[in-house]
Amino acid sequence: MGTSYLTIGGLGASVGLLIYAGLTYMLTNYGFRFDIGWFLLAISPYQWALVGIALAVSLSVLGAALGIFATGVSILGGGVKAPRIRTKNLISIIMCEAVAIYGLIMGIVISGSISSFSATRIEDLALKYRAGYKLFGAGLSVGLCNLFCGVCVGLVGSGAALADAQNSSLFVRILIIEIFASAIGLFGLIVSILQSSGSNMAD
Amino acid sequence: MKDDLYFNLDHGYAEGLCRGFKSGILKAADYHNLVQCETLEDLRLHLQSTDYGNFLANEASPLTVNVIDDRLREKTVQEFQHLRNVSYEPLSTFLDYITYAYMIDNIVLLITGTLHQRAIGDLLPRCHPLGSFEQLGAITVADTPAQLYTAVLVDTPLAPYFIDCISEHDLDELNVEIIRSTLYKAYLEDFYNFCEKLGGITAEVMCEILAFEADRRAFMITINSFDTGLTQDERAKLYPTCGHLHPDGLQELRRTDSYDAVRDVAAHYPQYKLLFEGAGTNTGDKTIEDKFFEHEVKLNMNAFLRQFHFGIFYAYLKLKEQENRNIIWIGECIAQKHRARIDNYVPIF
Repeated sequence: MGTSYLTIGGLGASVGLLIYAGLTYMLTNYGFRFDIGWFLLAISPYQWALVGIALAVSLSVLGAALGIFATGVSILGGGVKAPRIRTKNLISIIMCEAVAIYGLIMGIVISGSISSFSATRIEDLALKYRAGYKLFGAGLSVGLCNLFCGVCVGLVGSGAALADAQNSSLFVRILIIEIFASAIGLFGLIVSILQSSGSNMAD
Repeated sequence: MKDDLYFNLDHGYAEGLCRGFKSGILKAADYHNLVQCETLEDLRLHLQSTDYGNFLANEASPLTVNVIDDRLREKTVQEFQHLRNVSYEPLSTFLDYITYAYMIDNIVLLITGTLHQRAIGDLLPRCHPLGSFEQLGAITVADTPAQLYTAVLVDTPLAPYFIDCISEHDLDELNVEIIRSTLYKAYLEDFYNFCEKLGGITAEVMCEILAFEADRRAFMITINSFDTGLTQDERAKLYPTCGHLHPDGLQELRRTDSYDAVRDVAAHYPQYKLLFEGAGTNTGDKTIEDKFFEHEVKLNMNAFLRQFHFGIFYAYLKLKEQENRNIIWIGECIAQKHRARIDNYVPIF
C-alpha cells in the first residue's frame, strides 16, 4: 500500500541515471548511437519467435496457477463444514486448467512455424522479420489474455465454492459468471491463431 | 489488487473454515423452536439438531444454565483456537489482538475478586479461556497498579496499554473500573491503528466496526457515570478517540449530565440518532444497550458480504458470543419460568 522509501529511491535513481546518460549522448554529439532501427534489426527473428513461445506458455501457466490456488484453497476451507461442495467445485479447477492448455496449444502452433532460413536479399529478410514479429505478438497476446483469464476464473471460483457451501442453489449461477470469464481466454487464443497463421519462416 | 490476488495464498483455508462455522449460527427457525421449549432438557434436545450437536451429551441432569453457559463458551473457544492454529501472519496477529480484550476482562475479574477476598482457585476457572496468559495467576499478589505493571504485566502483550494507568493509588472498586476503561481505550485505539495499517478491505470493514465500538463505549461510560462520583474530566479521559464522535462529539459528551443531553449529542450523527430514537427508558421499550447490540449484529453480518478480508473472523466471534448470550437468555427465562420477555433476544439471521 504505501510506497516505501526504497522503492521511491530506486525509481528516482534509475530515472536520474537515464536522464544523465541521455543528455551525455546528446550533448557530446553521439546521439546517433541511440539507434532503434539498428537495435531491431540486430535482434534475430528467431529470438522474437522463441520469446513469443516462452511468453505464451509461461504467462498462461502463471494465470492458471494463480487461479487454481485461489479456488483450491477455498474449496478446502469450505469443504470442512459442507463436504457436499467438494466434487462439484472441481469444475472451477478444470476451467482454470483449460487456460493453461490454451497456452500449451499456442506454444505448439507457434513453434511449428519456426524453421531455419538462409535468405540474404532484403525483400526476403523482411518477410522473415515479419514472421518473427507476428509470432512474438501471437505469443504475447495469448499469454497475457490467459494470465488475466486464469486469475479471474480462480477468484470467481473461490467465491463460488464459498457461496455453494452456504446455499447450494447459488453454484450454477456463479458458474455462469465463470463461463463468461473463461471466454476471455478463448478470445486471446483466437486472436493468437489468426496472428500466427500467416507467418512462415521457411524459405 | 493485493487483497484479491494473494489473500487466498495464506488465509484462504481459514476464511473458508470461518464461513463454514458462520453457517452453523442458529437461524430464526431454530430460535422459534428454542423459545417454545418448556424445560432445559427440551432446550438440549433442540440444540442437538443444530450445529451444536451433542455438546451437552455428557452433562448430568438436572441441567443448569451455568453448565450450558460453560459448554457454549467452550465450543466457541475451541473453534476460535482452531482458526488461530491454522492462521498465518498477519492473520495470527489480528486474532491475537482480538484476544487482548478478553485478557483485560480477566485481569479486572481477578483484581475485583481479590478485593472481595476470594481465593485464586475460585477465580481462575471463571476467567475467559481466550484471554488466558501465563502470568494470569500472579495478578493477585499486586496491591497498586504500579506493582501490577512491574511485577506481572510488563512481559505480556498488554504492557503498552498500561502506561496511562500506572499510579500509586491502591486498587479499589472505582479504580478498578477506571483501569478497565483506560486499558480498553488504549487497546481499542491500538487495534484500530493496526487495522488501518493492514489497509485494503480489512481496514474498511474493521475500522467501521471498531469506530462503532468506540462510540458505544463513550455513550455507555457517559450514561453509566451519571450517578457515580466520576467527574467530567476523568470521564473524558476514558473515551476512545477512534470513533466517529471524535473530536466534537466527545467534547459535547463530556459536558452532558443527563440521558436526554446524551440523546441530543447523538442527534448530530444520523446512525446514532436512529438508535436513540428506537430506545426508551420505560419498562416495555428496548434499552439503548439492546439497540447497540442490534446495530453491532448488523455491522458484523455486513462484514460477511465481502470476501478476502480479516473482518469475518472478528465478526464471527462476536456473532457467536451474541448467540451464546441469546441462548443463555432463553435458558434463564425457561429455568425461571418467566416467559414474558423471552422474545427479547437479538435475532442474528
